[in-house]
Amino acid sequence: MSAHAQPIGGRILTRPFRVLLGLFAIAGVLILYRLATGLGQVTAMNDGYPWGLWIAFDVVTGTALACGGYAVALLVYVLHRGQYHPLVRPAILTSALGYTLAGIGVGLDVGRWWSIWRVPLFFWHWNLNSVLLEVALCIMAYMFVLWIELSPAFLEKAQVSGAPAVRRFAVRALPIVNRALLWVIALGILLPTMHQSSLGALMLIAGPRLHPLWNTGWLPLLFLLSCIGMGYAAVVFEAALSSWLFRREPEREMLAGLSKGIIPFAFAYLALRLVDFAVRGQLPALFAFDFYSVMTLVELGLTAAAALLLVGEARRRRLGNLFRAAMLFMLAGSVYRFDTYLVAFRPGAQWSYFPSVTEMLVTFGLVAGEIMLYIVIVKIFPIVTVNERKTVAAV
Amino acid sequence: MPRAAVPFDPHAVSRRDFVKVCTMAAAAVGLSSATAAQIVEAASKGLKPSVVWLHFQECTGCTESLLRTSHPGIAEVILDLISLDYHETLFAGAGHQAEAALQDTIKKNAGKYICVVEGAIPTKEGGIYCQVGGRTAVDILNDVGSKAGAVIAIGSCASWGGIPSADPNPTGATGAPMILKGKTIVTIPGCPANPYNFLGVVLQYATLGTLPKLDELGRPAFAYGRTIHEHCPRRAHFDAGRFANKFGDEGHRAGYCLYKLGCKGPMTHANCSTLAFGEVVDCWPIGIGHPCVGCTEQQVAFRIPMHATATIDRPVPPDTYPPIHAQQGRISPAATAVAGVIGGAVLGAGFVASKRLDDMDEKDGRRKTEEGKSKVVG
Amino acid sequence: MKRRTAFKVAFASVAAAVGTAAKPLSASVPLAAPADAVGLLYDTTKCIGCKACVVACREANGLEPDTSWSGGLYQAPLDLNEKTKTVIKLYDDGEHRSFVKAQCMHCIDPACASACMLGAFKKREFGIVTYDVNYCIGCRYCEVACPYGVPKFQWSKAAPKMVKCELCNHRLAQGKVPACAEVCPRQAVIFGKRDELLAEAKRRIAENPGKYVQKVYGETDGGGTQCLYVSHVPFEQIGLPALSEQSTPTLQRTIQHSIYRGFAAPVALYGLLGMVMLRNRKSGEGQA
Repeated sequence: MSAHAQPIGGRILTRPFRVLLGLFAIAGVLILYRLATGLGQVTAMNDGYPWGLWIAFDVVTGTALACGGYAVALLVYVLHRGQYHPLVRPAILTSALGYTLAGIGVGLDVGRWWSIWRVPLFFWHWNLNSVLLEVALCIMAYMFVLWIELSPAFLEKAQVSGAPAVRRFAVRALPIVNRALLWVIALGILLPTMHQSSLGALMLIAGPRLHPLWNTGWLPLLFLLSCIGMGYAAVVFEAALSSWLFRREPEREMLAGLSKGIIPFAFAYLALRLVDFAVRGQLPALFAFDFYSVMTLVELGLTAAAALLLVGEARRRRLGNLFRAAMLFMLAGSVYRFDTYLVAFRPGAQWSYFPSVTEMLVTFGLVAGEIMLYIVIVKIFPIVTVNERKTVAAV
Repeated sequence: MPRAAVPFDPHAVSRRDFVKVCTMAAAAVGLSSATAAQIVEAASKGLKPSVVWLHFQECTGCTESLLRTSHPGIAEVILDLISLDYHETLFAGAGHQAEAALQDTIKKNAGKYICVVEGAIPTKEGGIYCQVGGRTAVDILNDVGSKAGAVIAIGSCASWGGIPSADPNPTGATGAPMILKGKTIVTIPGCPANPYNFLGVVLQYATLGTLPKLDELGRPAFAYGRTIHEHCPRRAHFDAGRFANKFGDEGHRAGYCLYKLGCKGPMTHANCSTLAFGEVVDCWPIGIGHPCVGCTEQQVAFRIPMHATATIDRPVPPDTYPPIHAQQGRISPAATAVAGVIGGAVLGAGFVASKRLDDMDEKDGRRKTEEGKSKVVG
Repeated sequence: MKRRTAFKVAFASVAAAVGTAAKPLSASVPLAAPADAVGLLYDTTKCIGCKACVVACREANGLEPDTSWSGGLYQAPLDLNEKTKTVIKLYDDGEHRSFVKAQCMHCIDPACASACMLGAFKKREFGIVTYDVNYCIGCRYCEVACPYGVPKFQWSKAAPKMVKCELCNHRLAQGKVPACAEVCPRQAVIFGKRDELLAEAKRRIAENPGKYVQKVYGETDGGGTQCLYVSHVPFEQIGLPALSEQSTPTLQRTIQHSIYRGFAAPVALYGLLGMVMLRNRKSGEGQA
């Protein structure tokens, strides 16, 4: 089926591309400034809130939104739903770019970034109690895995390249990669299971400083359920958007089926949270209608709304509806992660934090860069499966 | 009253007493014991600097406070350490003899004598409001001051005008630095000035030939470098928030800070709290329970009402403690605005996109209906 | 087919949930301090707020002056920060007053050490939690973890480190005591072996009924700390949080170890995935 994946083609230097490149360049300049002057000058993080936007969004939320590859791989390779195969490569590409962005975010956020190489290498110094260590190692490994999973697309393109050396290499390498791919994909399912749940466990170390509405031993499972659903939502979101922007015929059947996968995860997430509140006596806190209660209700509400929009075959056939439901679910998961890392974390009323303008511009620019790279790659490499109707790229 | 200056006879007093005087003088104004030895040497050589003391619009309080020093006492000063060649209060002579003595001195010691100015100088109506021997104060000051080796203005009146210059200042009273231009004038403001501040300057000049470090108003930094607030004995009460609210209340009786009663300590540069007046400890306003009136400062004394509270000139040393949970970190309104814009833009774009997709759905729906219809027909 | 998928997912979730719940959190076993554990004992009734300890600490540790509160004029730290390893704060509610000295508590089960990926923060000799910058990447997870908010990050530097009290272990090596304990004019903060300090604290409370709050803070709080406090005002008022006997990293550590014990679960899952995917590929419908 990968033979049906084709580069979309078309001009690279379009206006939207230039706009995105410009935003990415702004982020680049700010990044250099941050590297030269330190975090205090560029971010609004402080000793009360040592983790800010770059961790809460770029790393935690960003990787969750990039769980499309994980979620689709589960569907196609484990649950054996071959009909979704055309969605695999675009989803893996989004994941690869998303995790790379998260990796850049980590590199920016840590104070002594030049020492990062010690983390995977100095295994005799590993503190096996540290959840962050596990998260770091898994994410580093998963980034590699994603690009390897994507490599057949690059190798296929290389096979028809102008340079004979490149062609020869690609012809030799592609079968090897394809044979090993199954074990790589299996890793690509194991690793996110590990680190997405651990991203939930990460905040448990704050102990009494984490608000009771979020401070539960079920955090790892809740993060995992949420991220798989977000993976499907992200794929639906991106596919619907592509079909509009690239003026392609959307794969309505596939999207309808895929979006249905969100429902059980939404249900499990809601059920687990509510049961957990009940068991821990937090239902009064849930309805206290203070800031924390309202944020939790927003998380639950967005999740429920997204699921409700997807109930019923007819609803799932409508692209606009699918898109809205996907957006709602992605928003729900994002708000959940923001809340767990920034809202539920209470260092004391004397501290306050809101991301600085430079923090936001860097994040915004990096996301713009990710989108820009996605567009370029799908134009050049065989990622997207095309059908008979002519595809004209609009971006 | 001591007689007019006589030539110094080192054999008239015992050497031991003499050295004691010089040492006390040096110590009193913070000069080292090495300087004391220099004073001894200079004075015993009979090298006593000539001092010409001018009086203008003054109450003579500064002279009076000088008369009440004891280490060194004024007698020792006059007899042993300086040659007081003209002083209207202390002179036995008067009239033309006094004026002749003045002219002799300034001719003989031109460029070397110390000219001390006490009192303000009136300037209105050509300065007629103070005349001595037919000459206006302005003329006398310009004459005597211009030929002096050093000019010292003692007291607030001579420094900047003092009480005669209080509103409406009908005589145009002003201080010596405003009249005598082109000369370094040491000002020792205060009402009265602390005599030891004066003695310190005189003795340094007499012994070392130099003047102490002066600030931009000509005040010696050793005496006027800090505000009263910075070295006030009641400062701990200020820091702890203990104030006298009314004269005679419990706080006042307990010796609490007088800030609320109008103390100008925070705005007033002086050393009254650390160098006692008249040999009596606490012989100064705050010491007896009255707020400082800022008598050294032109902007304060006789201008700001005594019991109006002062502004705190310099940030105080935080001799206070941080609370258990000190407020830190702030949220930038610019950042929230930008976040709002970005968030709004993203949501807006999403909304627009979903509408376009709805349109696509509609077109698709219509197309299917058409196809269905054509199939039926076909 | 779709319903089966839904049930499979739901079942897997419940199974995972039950599986995790089946490993109960171990009841908190009171942790023992190392045999040679040293620490501080701070007595609020003796402290006069002279801040000699703050100055001595700065000198002994070669810290920069902290003048941020005074706008650059005077040294007056507001709190522990990147230039300040100990600080004196004041609690005053109008009725009760107490000074309190804040510094690292040198916990028996430190959250910072549990969090640190490569062990930059680690409990080393004498139970002191020390910092090895060679293994720090500046991720600040320790700052997130500490229930007392002790480790501070050098926000102002392009090559930042974490900063916190290390009980002057560089002075201990020379046979001296921590600078704060050495300089305190009233012996409000003293240095010694933890068990001796604990005994002394209890003695003071017992011999002075009514003077102290009936508790030594740090005996069991948060799993116990090596820096102990006795106070005449409630501990919460002087900024010492109410913590259970279970150390704060316990919950996370228990969950993490339950799931990853011996790395068995990931390996098993990987094998299972491999098997399922092989079978799917053989059946020809899917594609690897």
